[in-house]
Amino acid sequence: MADTIIDKAPAAVSTAAMRRQMLKEFWFYFSENRGAVIGLFVFLALVVIAVFAPIIAPHSPFEQYRDAVLVPPIWTEGGRAGYLLGTDPVGRDILSRLIYGAQYSLFIGVFVTTLSLVGGILVGLIAGYFRGWVDTVIMRLMDIILAFPSLLLALVLVAILGPSLTNGMIAIALTLQPHFVRLTRAAVMAEKTRDYVTAARLAGAGPLRLMFRTILPNCTAPLIVQATLSFSNAILDAAALGFLGMGAQPPAPEWGTMLAEAREFILRAWWVVTFPGLAILITVLAINLMGDGLRDALDPKLKRS
Amino acid sequence: MALLQIDNLTVEFETATGWFKAVDGVSLSVQNGEVLAIVGESGSGKSVAMLAVMGLLPWTAKITADRMLFEGRDIQKISPAERRKLIGKDIAMIFQEPIASLNPCFTVGFQIEEVLRVHLGLDRQARRARAIELFKQVGLPNPEERLGSFPHQMSGGQCQRVMIAIAIACNPKLLIADEPTTALDVTIQKQILDLIMSLQAKNGMGLIMITHDMGVVAETADRVVVQYKGRKMEEADVLSLFENPKSNYTKALLAALPENATGDRLTTVSAFFDGTPEPAQGTGLGANA
Amino acid sequence: MTDNTMLEVRDIKRDYELSGGLFKPKKIIHAVKGISFKLERGKTLAIVGESGCGKSTLARMITFIDEPTAGDLLIDGKKVDTRPGRLTHEMRQKVQIVFQNPYGSLNPRQKIGDVLGEPLAINTDISAEERRHRANEMLKKVGLGPEHYNRYPHMFSGGQRQRIAIARALMLNPKLLVLDEPVSALDLSVQAQVLNLLADLQDEFNLTYVFISHDLSVVRYIADEVMVMYFGEAVEYGTRDEVFSDPKHEYTRTLFAATPRADVETIRQRIAKKKAMAEA
Repeated sequence: MADTIIDKAPAAVSTAAMRRQMLKEFWFYFSENRGAVIGLFVFLALVVIAVFAPIIAPHSPFEQYRDAVLVPPIWTEGGRAGYLLGTDPVGRDILSRLIYGAQYSLFIGVFVTTLSLVGGILVGLIAGYFRGWVDTVIMRLMDIILAFPSLLLALVLVAILGPSLTNGMIAIALTLQPHFVRLTRAAVMAEKTRDYVTAARLAGAGPLRLMFRTILPNCTAPLIVQATLSFSNAILDAAALGFLGMGAQPPAPEWGTMLAEAREFILRAWWVVTFPGLAILITVLAINLMGDGLRDALDPKLKRS
Repeated sequence: MALLQIDNLTVEFETATGWFKAVDGVSLSVQNGEVLAIVGESGSGKSVAMLAVMGLLPWTAKITADRMLFEGRDIQKISPAERRKLIGKDIAMIFQEPIASLNPCFTVGFQIEEVLRVHLGLDRQARRARAIELFKQVGLPNPEERLGSFPHQMSGGQCQRVMIAIAIACNPKLLIADEPTTALDVTIQKQILDLIMSLQAKNGMGLIMITHDMGVVAETADRVVVQYKGRKMEEADVLSLFENPKSNYTKALLAALPENATGDRLTTVSAFFDGTPEPAQGTGLGANA
Repeated sequence: MTDNTMLEVRDIKRDYELSGGLFKPKKIIHAVKGISFKLERGKTLAIVGESGCGKSTLARMITFIDEPTAGDLLIDGKKVDTRPGRLTHEMRQKVQIVFQNPYGSLNPRQKIGDVLGEPLAINTDISAEERRHRANEMLKKVGLGPEHYNRYPHMFSGGQRQRIAIARALMLNPKLLVLDEPVSALDLSVQAQVLNLLADLQDEFNLTYVFISHDLSVVRYIADEVMVMYFGEAVEYGTRDEVFSDPKHEYTRTLFAATPRADVETIRQRIAKKKAMAEA
């Protein structure tokens, strides 16, 4: 009864080699998308900058140099050697503030995404698994949340909770969460009818085991993609909240807050708004590109074989 | 001159682990009015070879062939526009999943009339008349009413009849049937096979029947090509293939049929065949050509 | 005789309710219309029919996936309470199923070892080491090896996956195995291997099979008894030889006539006919 040649087994491989193989395949599909690779490197650079901010930054982000107020960037007329991207209206080094701002942005991204991901998965699993009236109630609730412009809803929530970065992040997480609920629910409903779930049920698995051990791991691919996109959304929304004065509060070097503080100098000193704006743009773009590549690599429907 | 002649066709796909040869140096030919069966298991490249002829493979596929002649014209060399004119008109194809092969947004009448409009340029009235005639030919009851049906309102067997009607709409010289009955029930399969065979005999077209089912081969083919892992293992006329198979792989396949069981266990492929995709000695290439 | 009956089904029925829209009345579909049979220990009953005839619904009722609308199920002489929540662990362990599609029946994110160990982990308090040991034993029994223990399903071919699905079904030592088209998604050469494996396992564990299929040549090879279903009813039921040599019902005869034959005699006849046609 040994295996015959037709029904041949793949050559014996160790677990580690297998994982390497899977990683290689992932990279093959991911690297097909050049934008995604660029996005990944920009994002990695951002992480490095955020982690080593105290070492990289030439100045403290809070130190106000009274003798160097609104110094333009170094390559323009009147630029000064110590301030690469110039200084803001109270004499703080913009480059240093941007570098420290990366910490904020990444923290916001991670926190908001985790919060909305966990919440969305839980609620979506319940809706998709139990269906019936539970599902109806949950989904109508999500529809209501989605019916509001997300920034407006976040503003309302912050207005109720009080303006601070934490409250802003909670509000953004809440507005992003319905996307995860919908995705999870759709994936769970599709997977639930598959034979392997029935087989696990026949083996005696209870609802909790079926939900978390059997079904959930098979729904991760679209969730990962959505999570990267939410990551950039969170950064963008947090910056908007900061700009409106409802998010991070001055003097925190958050990019949106920096924009808000510099509003009145837009005409006189272009650099105070341009660089924080560029930082937001580049970060969001890089993460979105990366999300695109992830989708290519993880979504089997888009794979060419 | 053969209707379709393919020499040394190779189709490759790039995968994460390198280039994969789905079809490896296959040559075959079909005459006018001949039924050629290409038989093989999954992964034998039997469908890919024909999709390459039709130009239906994704752009990522690398197709090379010494020659790919249809009625003496090399279809590798003609322009895409000419190729589009050829395909669907002189070469038609039907697929395994009849319901999925029809566009769910349009009525079947619209879909068949579209083919008539594009390839034959018939006016509205002529199109309708021809469509009704075709539906009658493929045995659809109430053809006038059927024209207004959507694919989801019909059964799998009926959808396959519509697909056949579309395929023969322009009187093709070659019909390629890719597992046309695999998704259908046995009794429906019988009806559809009978239909295809009677149309083939009446119109005198060449027919390539791609299948994995030895029963279907036995019931339809004049000549058979056996493929395994992208290689041609054997080519013979149908009677000698079943009576006196040359390659070990064919022997193994026939022995594995449950109706050929001797004793209380089936003969497995390994008893005859060691898995190397090399054609047997003395396999007549183009024995009939 | 009675004490050797493994499975008895008495007038089992299953209706589906289609909720019609706002203005349409509810529609009731009778998927299985009162089927009865008895199956002896160690024997194979093949249920044949075309799509929509209710054979899969019947299989799902026998394996307690779906609840019957009416009728009784007796397993090992004991009546089974099929209402949700009333099913005992002991009963559940006695009946297992192998599905048609080996690509959908294994969890893509579960290693083979976990696939096989899961039934034991849920139903017994056997140690992890013992579970591993038993899973490896079972892998050997179905023609795979311990080296496959740590692999994921996508690394296997269709035939190997079906072996794994069979192994999983056998982990709890069931007495009755429902096989829902277990070979129809497989290539011919692999089909023969899996059918042989099923025959070997039946001999070794004295298993009782309910074998659902649409392929008459496979049924003829594997079955002791045959039931032909048509629109939810059993139109033919008897031993294999009875059914194949002397089919009573019109539909059974149609089914036999429609099955393509792959023998030399048929081909000769066909070619002769074609020649005659061409000459005429």
